[in-house]
Amino acid sequence: MISLTNIVKRYKMGEEEFKALDGVDLSIQRNEYVALIGPSGSGKSTLMNLLGCLDTPSEGRYILNGRDTSTMNDNELAKVRNEEIGFIFQSFHLLPRMSVLHNVMQPLVYRGIPSAQRAKMATQALDKVGLSHRMGHRPNQLSGGQRQRVAVARALVGTPSILLADEPTGNLDSKTSAEIMALFDELHQQGQTVIVVTHEPDIAAHCHRTIRMSDGKIVQDSINPARVKQ
Amino acid sequence: MYAFLEAFRAAMSSLMANRMRSFLTTLGILIGTGSVIAVVSLVQGFSESIKSQFADVGGSTMTLQAVNNNENFRTGKLNNITFDDVDALRYRVPGVGVVAPIMQVQTAGASYKGRTASPQIIATTTEFQAVRARYPEFGRFIVESDDKGRRRVAVIGAQLRDDLKMAENPVGEYFRIGNEWFKVVGMMEKQGELLGFSQDNYAVIPFDVGRALMGNNNEPFISASFTVQKMEEAEQVRERVKRAIRASRGLKPGQDSDFKVEAADTFIKQFEEITATATAVLGGIVGISLLVGGIGIMNIMLVSVTERTREIGILKALGATRRDILIQFLLEAGLLALLGGIIGIILGYLVGMGIASMIPGFPPAQAPLWVVIAAAGFSALVGVVFGIMPASKAASLDPIEALRFE
Repeated sequence: MISLTNIVKRYKMGEEEFKALDGVDLSIQRNEYVALIGPSGSGKSTLMNLLGCLDTPSEGRYILNGRDTSTMNDNELAKVRNEEIGFIFQSFHLLPRMSVLHNVMQPLVYRGIPSAQRAKMATQALDKVGLSHRMGHRPNQLSGGQRQRVAVARALVGTPSILLADEPTGNLDSKTSAEIMALFDELHQQGQTVIVVTHEPDIAAHCHRTIRMSDGKIVQDSINPARVKQ
Repeated sequence: MYAFLEAFRAAMSSLMANRMRSFLTTLGILIGTGSVIAVVSLVQGFSESIKSQFADVGGSTMTLQAVNNNENFRTGKLNNITFDDVDALRYRVPGVGVVAPIMQVQTAGASYKGRTASPQIIATTTEFQAVRARYPEFGRFIVESDDKGRRRVAVIGAQLRDDLKMAENPVGEYFRIGNEWFKVVGMMEKQGELLGFSQDNYAVIPFDVGRALMGNNNEPFISASFTVQKMEEAEQVRERVKRAIRASRGLKPGQDSDFKVEAADTFIKQFEEITATATAVLGGIVGISLLVGGIGIMNIMLVSVTERTREIGILKALGATRRDILIQFLLEAGLLALLGGIIGIILGYLVGMGIASMIPGFPPAQAPLWVVIAAAGFSALVGVVFGIMPASKAASLDPIEALRFE
């Protein structure tokens, strides 16, 4: 489903050019559960931005569901983000002025779905994360774990191909972290493709496949036997 | 369309989230539109009231008057319309309808049961009624036999009746103009006030009675009002009248006319020109104040875009295109200005009404719909135009940078 071929991403730092990604080849199949790990500066954030179509590579090809995204313009990328990617961020990134329900409805706005249907779909997504009783609340009235579950509902509402989570438990205590990861496990079991960017081994241990990045390259790509057997 | 509605909702909610700031941001627009509506509503109320005073005297009525320059006044050799001129007007110009000679009679005022008043005394003929389109409320107007028989009768205005404290229906009462007794035969419909002066403080007496009242010591100063038979021939009739009066006054070719023939609506036309000029000048001033208001909106919107960088990043990550973001911020700026404009219109109108009611005799303020719509539309336009820069700044933010923004 995801196929990266010889991806290079260059940034200019003043006069000098610097390669954040240096020839990455990667392919991820449907319903994989992948952890992307590595120290900061290893290129994992850059890779995540590319996977999430927030950015395009300087070189190489990124095929997502049979479509080459490397050459897409801003509008096409926005459409792909809307339809194929469900983002989950470390600091939740909910819209503070909107209710929980409207936060979850927001991605559907850009698909031109009528309001009544949006509300229905958002309610279903909130049901999935067990928060449909909090629809009318503002994000700041919820705990961190609840906020992240709202973010998960928002990521799921458009039935994306990939759930892309960037340090999803970075701002949570260990108990709520475990709850969120249990939610990911469950979503994976329901057939969702999940990619988690993390630097915590505990979190990576939930995933079936671990990709380790260093200096813009993939240095390790291993299957987690304990998890796959299940 | 959905996208537009959603953008509208989003813009509304972000304006509401910062009510105080939104209000202060749009204050410039509010004051700009408010002041223009206040002034325009006063000018319009004023001009509407003047127009309605003249509404009954249409373009088919014209006046023949003598023209005197400063030299004439200095030497005392005043030009005057003569009775021959009136006859010429009446009998020698095809297309002229009825002619009413009008003489302003200078007298010592009016009195009734020991009470006195200073009405305007108009000596004229029965045609005056047709020319001026005024009708009696009680009794009748001057008739031909009044003039022929030199009857001492008068038709008065409502203000004179009130000043002299006559009965509600004054017909049949006797009062004095100067030293002469007059019988009231009618009272005309009330005209109201114009610029604080009553239009009903007058007495109309038969023309020949007026001449007798003036005595022989004075050459009466007269003018003539007349109608044209066909409205569409007004200009031709006017030219014919000019030629006939030149002939009757014995003016040689090349000599300047010492009289003028004016349509009754000339004054209205001049007045309209004045108000149009005033409105244009005001429009310019308002344009500048809206410009300043627009710059205020642009400034705050730029700040707001910076503040909301992360929100923009989130929306982009969720799939908002440049266009979605652009429309949302443009709408926000436009709505902000429009709301300011609408509040300004309401406040301006209230201020206009307040001022109008504080000046005695000033007509009530009027805000015509086109001015209201133009003011609202223009302020919204200012918002959108000055929103372009902040909105395109928001739209072109890089989603990765924006998401990372703290």
